Amino acid sequence: MDENRHHRLRARTLKGLQLFALFIAMCFICIPGLWVVLNSFRPTVEIMAKPPVWIPQDLNLDHYRAMFGGVGEGGVPVLRYFTNSLIISVTSTVIAILVGMAGGYAFARYQFKGKAAIFIGLMLTRAVPGVALSLPLFIVMARTGLIDTHIGLILVYVSLNVPFTIWLIDGFFRQVPVELAEAAEIDGCTRWQAFWKVEFPVARAGVASAGIFAFLTSWNEYALASQLTRSTFSKTMPVGLRDFTSEFTINWGGMCALAVLMIIPALILTFLVQKHLIAGLTFGGVKG
Amino acid sequence: MAQVNLRNVVKRYGALQVVHGVDLNIDDNEFVVLVGPSGCGKSTTLRMIAGLEAISGGEIVIGDRVVNDLPPRHRNISMVFQNYALYPHMSVRENLGFSLKIAKKTQAEIDQAVDEAAEILSLTEYMDRKPGALSGGQRQRVAMGRAIVRHPDVFLFDEPLSNLDAKLRTQMRTEIKKLHQKVNSTIVYVTHDQVEAMTLADRIVIMRDGHIEQVGTPLEVFENPANTFVATFIGSPPMNLLAGRVSKDRIVLENGLDVPVPGQFSDKTHEGQEVILGFRADNLMPVGHAMPMGGASAELDMAVTLSEPLGTETLLFTSIAGKEVQAKMLNPRPVAPGERLSFQLDLTRCHLFDAQSQNSLR
Ligand SMILES: Nc1ncnc2c1ncn2[C@@H]1O[C@H](COP(=O)(O)OP(=O)(O)OP(=O)(O)O)[C@@H](O)[C@H]1O
Ligand SMILES: [Mg+2]
Repeated sequence: MDENRHHRLRARTLKGLQLFALFIAMCFICIPGLWVVLNSFRPTVEIMAKPPVWIPQDLNLDHYRAMFGGVGEGGVPVLRYFTNSLIISVTSTVIAILVGMAGGYAFARYQFKGKAAIFIGLMLTRAVPGVALSLPLFIVMARTGLIDTHIGLILVYVSLNVPFTIWLIDGFFRQVPVELAEAAEIDGCTRWQAFWKVEFPVARAGVASAGIFAFLTSWNEYALASQLTRSTFSKTMPVGLRDFTSEFTINWGGMCALAVLMIIPALILTFLVQKHLIAGLTFGGVKG
Repeated sequence: MAQVNLRNVVKRYGALQVVHGVDLNIDDNEFVVLVGPSGCGKSTTLRMIAGLEAISGGEIVIGDRVVNDLPPRHRNISMVFQNYALYPHMSVRENLGFSLKIAKKTQAEIDQAVDEAAEILSLTEYMDRKPGALSGGQRQRVAMGRAIVRHPDVFLFDEPLSNLDAKLRTQMRTEIKKLHQKVNSTIVYVTHDQVEAMTLADRIVIMRDGHIEQVGTPLEVFENPANTFVATFIGSPPMNLLAGRVSKDRIVLENGLDVPVPGQFSDKTHEGQEVILGFRADNLMPVGHAMPMGGASAELDMAVTLSEPLGTETLLFTSIAGKEVQAKMLNPRPVAPGERLSFQLDLTRCHLFDAQSQNSLR
């Protein structure tokens, strides 16, 4: 009896500790984000207050109103930035996924000369910090006249994302048994049909997750975008955040409001695709 | 509607040759089983017939067409894979109808063919499930259903039963045999299980290291193995083999023991020839527990080392000339290890192989 109680107590204590540790970890992860959201609704005075005001006294939409307002009243071309971000991220993601699928499939299915070397080479490009490339990139883009264009950034993001999408998609196609495509070919498909009707649908969860990663990378990227964009014609939302800094002051509230607008689409997309990810992860066509 | 002919078919992977000039003629409606140990090239041969593997030499004819360079979809074949290879994202119904949909059949035609196949394989209850929600045996049946809906010229099976447990395997074996009678089609079936081969085949093709060792009906290969490999591969327990030398119409075994040269081989051996004597457990039986033997026999007195009662018969392990051999006892009684028994070897059913070539002297 006593022994049992001892163990039950122990289990409960451990469980409690676990929850506490989880709580601390979540605080570290979530509080900065929540603080941004909170600050976007608070007057500047309260944001800047020292000691900090933890419990918000006065919530309003002033920063949002100002952001969408005229240029004179602290407004920024939000819609313009949003469209730029959207065009650049979506286009670069679509291209990165197409290239990633072609490459990942080739790595997963075919034997060719220098396969291992090419693969390692691709992975090594991930080891180079993106910022280190900013100056060479700037020079190349300046020479080719691609500074301050959508195409310039799209190219950069595609090359940034392709190694990663290839790697991810390769992994997913490896999990699709070769026999599926063979069965499809025997059932009358061409090689191309076998891919689109069988292998792709089975691996689409992987393709979708690669898509999310590529999209979020492009959507959030700041360092390179800040070098390669100049005007509202091509500035993306992360770069747009800088509009809230002036020579002597930083408009924290406005910055937070724009940041919230940036987070929302990413959040929605992740939620949408996440469902799809789990649904797609049910393999079972071959013996279990 | 289609016979299959392999003419000197060769497969090389780079410098490595895995199939060495296979010649095989399969008749229309024939059930042919390719059998052999692991790695002997059975799957490779089957995949070359399917068109999944390019051939490095020779010719493959299906019906009256040379199909050497045709892709699988133009060969009018269907195949059941060892791991079933069902499409995991489609329901059973969609799996079954997939090939017809690709062939642009009307929905009515598809439904009819699918329902018919489902009926034959009793899959009607599972039509809307995904393969992931089926048991191994059910998946196996879906895989077969997917093969039969198209009424192909040739069915190819690659070890379709090896992922099932023993009981289900025997059950599915019977179903495959029934299926063959029902759908009337040429079947090429790969397995490494000789029991499966014996029970299913019209003709068995025994392969080793990319060569065909023997082709024949199950009884032919059992009764008249072409060489020692076939002799030990087909039949359970495997045939007993004893090395010896011919001397004055007798075969002298390694420790000096001798038996007469079986009559049917007397003019096929010569003095001093190194031979291998082969006989099955069924042809070595204790006196009084044997089938009545028609012709010549030899009597041997031996100690039993181990006995395995199987019910209607008991398998006895003993040794001749220092080599372990298996004998059978009909109407068995308990036998204690070490017990000496007098055995009768049925010489008319013995086999003799040349020790050099390992080929039968018949
Ligand atoms: N892609 C390949 N490259 C090189 N060798 C191969 C390749 N595929 C198969 N082989 C070799 O070809 C030989 C025959 O293989 P195969 O798969 O036909 O054997 P199997 O008779 O089906 O054996 P199992 O009963 O184990 O399935 C094997 O020795 C194998 O190692
Ligand atoms: Mg095989």
